[in-house]
Amino acid sequence: MKAKKGQVRVMTGNAAAAYAARLCRPEVVASYPITPQSEVVEQLSAFHADGVLDAEMIEVEGENSAMNIVCAASVAGARVFTATSSYGLVFMYDTLLQTAGFRAPVVMVNVNRETPGIHAVSTGQQDMISTRDSGWVQIIVENDQEIIDQIIMAYRLAEDYDIQLPVMVNYDGYYLSYLAEAVEIPNIEDVDGFLAPLKQQPQRPRLIPGQARGCGTHGIEMGYVEARYKHWLALEKSAKKVDEIDKAFGEYFGRSYGGQIEEYRTADADIVILASGSAAGTARTVVDAKRKDGLKVGLIKLRLYRPFPEERLVQALKGKKAIGVIDRSVCFGWKYGPMCTELKVLSPKIGSAPILSYIDGLANLDINIPHVGRVIDEVSAAAKGKPYQEITWIPMEE
Amino acid sequence: MVIKHKNIFETESAWSNADKLLLCLDTGSWRTERPVLDKEKCNYCGLCALYCPPQCMKDMEDHYEVNLGFCKGCGICAKECPRGAITMVPEGEFVK
Amino acid sequence: MKEIRIHGRGGQGAVLAARMLASAFVTEGKYVASFPMYGFERRGAPVVAFTRIDDKPIREKTQIYNPDCLIVIDPGLLTLPTLFTGLRPGAAFILNSPKKLTKQPNENLKIGGVVNATGIAVQEIGRDIPNTCLLGAFAAATGWLELKSLLACLPDYLSGDILKRNLKSAERGYKEVEVIKW
Repeated sequence: MKAKKGQVRVMTGNAAAAYAARLCRPEVVASYPITPQSEVVEQLSAFHADGVLDAEMIEVEGENSAMNIVCAASVAGARVFTATSSYGLVFMYDTLLQTAGFRAPVVMVNVNRETPGIHAVSTGQQDMISTRDSGWVQIIVENDQEIIDQIIMAYRLAEDYDIQLPVMVNYDGYYLSYLAEAVEIPNIEDVDGFLAPLKQQPQRPRLIPGQARGCGTHGIEMGYVEARYKHWLALEKSAKKVDEIDKAFGEYFGRSYGGQIEEYRTADADIVILASGSAAGTARTVVDAKRKDGLKVGLIKLRLYRPFPEERLVQALKGKKAIGVIDRSVCFGWKYGPMCTELKVLSPKIGSAPILSYIDGLANLDINIPHVGRVIDEVSAAAKGKPYQEITWIPMEE
Repeated sequence: MVIKHKNIFETESAWSNADKLLLCLDTGSWRTERPVLDKEKCNYCGLCALYCPPQCMKDMEDHYEVNLGFCKGCGICAKECPRGAITMVPEGEFVK
Repeated sequence: MKEIRIHGRGGQGAVLAARMLASAFVTEGKYVASFPMYGFERRGAPVVAFTRIDDKPIREKTQIYNPDCLIVIDPGLLTLPTLFTGLRPGAAFILNSPKKLTKQPNENLKIGGVVNATGIAVQEIGRDIPNTCLLGAFAAATGWLELKSLLACLPDYLSGDILKRNLKSAERGYKEVEVIKW
């Protein structure tokens, strides 16, 4: 381990995100407040006012402008940061797509909250799901320490010359955004050290005053196809990169998270459940309790959502007798939850295991211990050949 | 699925009906103080009803009464009453 | 693991109280996880804050269904029908009230701590923000936290004159709470 121990402080997930951003020395920050993310913007402004964040802080009137600004600053060569949630994320939708297409390495925090349609100020992953084909790398984290660590890793991923993709770090509103936990704040010199390898890489293309080069050129026929193809390829490559960077982070700071997925007690498990975000933390305790009762169950914490970690999942789930997926969102157009629908694509490679879909935790409703217990019990029954429900909306059945 | 949930809305999407349930919320429970009206002082001018943001003043023909189901205790009625007939009293006084 | 549930209303400092509690326990070497749940972010709307303390890392991120301690910042919330649901036997109950508790509110309660935190706050701080006073009362009644740990973490959240006043309020909560054992 090369990094020195950092200061330990109690702070909320939002504060942790702001600290992480500051440590990475962004040059331009443009962000608009929205519940449950407001504290990120407030804390960054406080840092700037206190002189510890040397960035251009651009006050915007909305998220669409925020993303436009950071995208533009990024293609001009700056390291940037922004944060948003639900309504804000969809307000910036056109620029979100643009940023990815421009291959601008923007790092953004998205605090998961339910999307428009049914007004809610509560957590849910619908916002992340609504932008899954935006071309961004999307990662989901489980606790406050992981928020800090993943944002640092996000810069190392986004700005990697082989990748050059914007990265969205997602964490649950309320359950993580307002969760006060003790976190170790890495020292800024150590973060500099961790991000230093980026300086040794070739420089990515950027706008230079006086030079007649432009970004976001019109793609005509094969020009379009080529650019799309390169983008798609980069996203595919980023999966392995996530693992590499996680390993490097572990060696440097002493903390690692498994990369694309974390395999918790899955090696000898008969059945496995898949969860993401704060719910994965809860799922761990239930897995441990069920293990004590003699049930061989494991948990896969899905960290990388885009690109979908196909290889790692196939490796981890091959031969398992039944799988349960807990989705904190709804897939419009498929019977099953979004993550479950995508996992089912891997069915032929995994084996003939039944894959049960559960929708829970919408609108701040709790994914609690009895719920996870129920999921495990039903998956266990399915593994033994008993009839099962393909899709269950847990709150509707209570 | 075995649905146990009993529908809150009559409509497909989330419509509210101000005649019945306003957003299905019991906003009266948010109060930390409530308006208490002195019937003797009230001259039925109706200013309290006019100013009340969620329209919680019930017209009782010769005076007004507060709809405690929705009153959030903002105190605007007490401030606007020209007769000083309304006083704001902490909710704690009404708890048994 | 101990699970504490704080009930308050927007504007009374319930959320800050939960964070201060978290900080205080961390100084004593415990692991903590604390978060609030509320629907409408406005004065008067109900707020619940969930705080977990343990000697090992806390992984579950759910609401608290079986509290070991209930802290109620607003006596008006006593009418909440689900307030005492799921209380662990032997639980503690800290209440902000000018009146004494005449009977044991729930059979699962073993310790009660009542203090007129509103009164003390108005005297010491000049406003009805009873949170720090109640935390002092909590420390005294349960004995789970030392007063000095609580006072040591307040500077992380407050400063200047307001800090001094809240320190006083917390100390008075600690000294003046009426502890009942059932």
